[in-house]
Amino acid sequence: MMSDTSERSQKTYMLNMGPAHPAMHGVVRLVLELQGERIVDVDTEIGYLHRAFEKHAENETWNNVVPWTDRLNYVSPLINNVGYAMAVERLAGIDVPERGQYIRVIACEISRITDHLTCVGAGAMELGAFTVFLYLIKAREYLYQLVDNLTGARITTAFTRVGGVKGDLPADFAEKFAAIAKEIRTAVAESDKLLTRNRIFMDRMEGTGIMSPADAIAYGITGPFLRSTGVAYDVRRAHPYGVYGKLDFEIPVGTTGDNYDRYLCRMAEIEQSLRLVEQCLAQIPEGKHSLEPKEIKYAYEIQDAGKHGDTALLAKYAAKVDQTLAGMSKDDQPNTRVLDRKITLPAKETTYGSIEGLMNHFELVMWSWGVKIPPSETYFAVEGGNGELGFHIVSDGGDGPYRVRCRPPCLFPMAALKKLLIGGQIADIIPTFGSVNMIAGELDR
Amino acid sequence: MSDSPLRGERRDLPAAENHAALARLRAEGYNMLVDMTCVDYQAQGKTPRFDVIYRLMRLDAATGDDLGRVEAHCAVDELRVLRSVKDIWPAADWLERESWDMFGVKFADRPGIKRLLMYEEFAGHALRKDYPIAKRQPLIGPKSGDKADSPSFNILKPTITGE
Repeated sequence: MMSDTSERSQKTYMLNMGPAHPAMHGVVRLVLELQGERIVDVDTEIGYLHRAFEKHAENETWNNVVPWTDRLNYVSPLINNVGYAMAVERLAGIDVPERGQYIRVIACEISRITDHLTCVGAGAMELGAFTVFLYLIKAREYLYQLVDNLTGARITTAFTRVGGVKGDLPADFAEKFAAIAKEIRTAVAESDKLLTRNRIFMDRMEGTGIMSPADAIAYGITGPFLRSTGVAYDVRRAHPYGVYGKLDFEIPVGTTGDNYDRYLCRMAEIEQSLRLVEQCLAQIPEGKHSLEPKEIKYAYEIQDAGKHGDTALLAKYAAKVDQTLAGMSKDDQPNTRVLDRKITLPAKETTYGSIEGLMNHFELVMWSWGVKIPPSETYFAVEGGNGELGFHIVSDGGDGPYRVRCRPPCLFPMAALKKLLIGGQIADIIPTFGSVNMIAGELDR
Repeated sequence: MSDSPLRGERRDLPAAENHAALARLRAEGYNMLVDMTCVDYQAQGKTPRFDVIYRLMRLDAATGDDLGRVEAHCAVDELRVLRSVKDIWPAADWLERESWDMFGVKFADRPGIKRLLMYEEFAGHALRKDYPIAKRQPLIGPKSGDKADSPSFNILKPTITGE
């Protein structure tokens, strides 16, 4: 009898968790090998939301990839927009005016807050704290309305252009943000009261899903997950891009690297992001938000002007060359680099308001007529909601990318999920998976 | 504009010695495999057609500083095959699976490598330049009751089902 019981307790069985499991968000399948409640082995199956972002990007023009990037991390789409646009700008060797950079940082930080609010809210709901979910999603809703105000869409923002952003900040943006920041601080403070010293929440979060700093680094984990282990790596600090170098912010770090630390890190980062937006709004200079087209003259006219010593004219006008470099100026300008007027899409008002603007826009988005970037290769990364969001872009001299590789930050903790879960209980899967903040759009691309 | 410090120094490694060369870099202190990816240069007629890129970072765990990066390139094709580096950086496991899935890059010591994003019955490798964007795939349909035959079911050891 005794031997029979022990034999039974040794026996493992298999349990399928997901993809149609609410805590798996419908997009991840865990195949568990269990011994009672104890997890012996895990296999993580991903790819349920694969939409071939990288393949599509190869078949688009440079600017037309921007809307696809919304669909990567759809909780913080603006960060993806900015990351991609900055990578292409680095490839093309152009700089965005300072006001545009400030607007981008504001957009990024708003997105980071929505990302963290969603992660904490949804994670708390999965542990039974439904009130917190409502508080935080309500706070996120204010931000989505602000994003709608700024970009014209809540999630499918497509806000950046190569060479700038879609438009300037709307009127009274700063006042609106100040009111919303107050709401967010209230919601975060209320959630903090409900969760941080809550017995049930702490029992589930503290000491579960522990990862050591060395393991986190070996698994390539970045972002709040890495910072919860005590490693203060943040792309905004390690490689300041945009105007982050001029702003003051702290990098919250954890100590033990468990689920509770990840929760605390995200909560603290919300406050830091609010501070960053406030600083940006106080510092933002006047000026242009995007590179703007210069007035255009034929290249030979400018050449003639140069011969006559009229140098003022040279600086004032951009040279008109055949966009495909296949027409009459092909022999004259075999190595012409397309000027910045060709890179930025014209403002929507110009596109809809004048025939020149419409033609300019049409030529830029038309296949094989868009801006051409000389053959080169680059990698650029921004700090996404989940960590280092990198874009490796290769140009073959065409009007669109030859290859776009998106480094999805949440892929790395997902790959380490097996290590986090083995040895734990089934119930630990929920907080651990929640704190990974898996966003399938980004994970599966 | 200067090239990104995020990219670091470029090194070209011979495909046959990728494991030894990357292990040396790990010993030099490159403790994080930030990313691994592949570019198919078939459309440009290069041989070998694939450029596998390992992006490494030396991360100071105490301060969180990025002490330097390296971009290691290995040119590979059907004949020049890489060795897996998942024993050096566990992060390589899924990234190698993705390279196999999307490009068909092989790893000598991972013969039964599994796809990462696509299903096992998927025919071809989607990010190869000779894979047409509008290509259709055969419908695979539901599996018969024979569980051992279903690759998606048989993820873990088949003996543990207790049947």
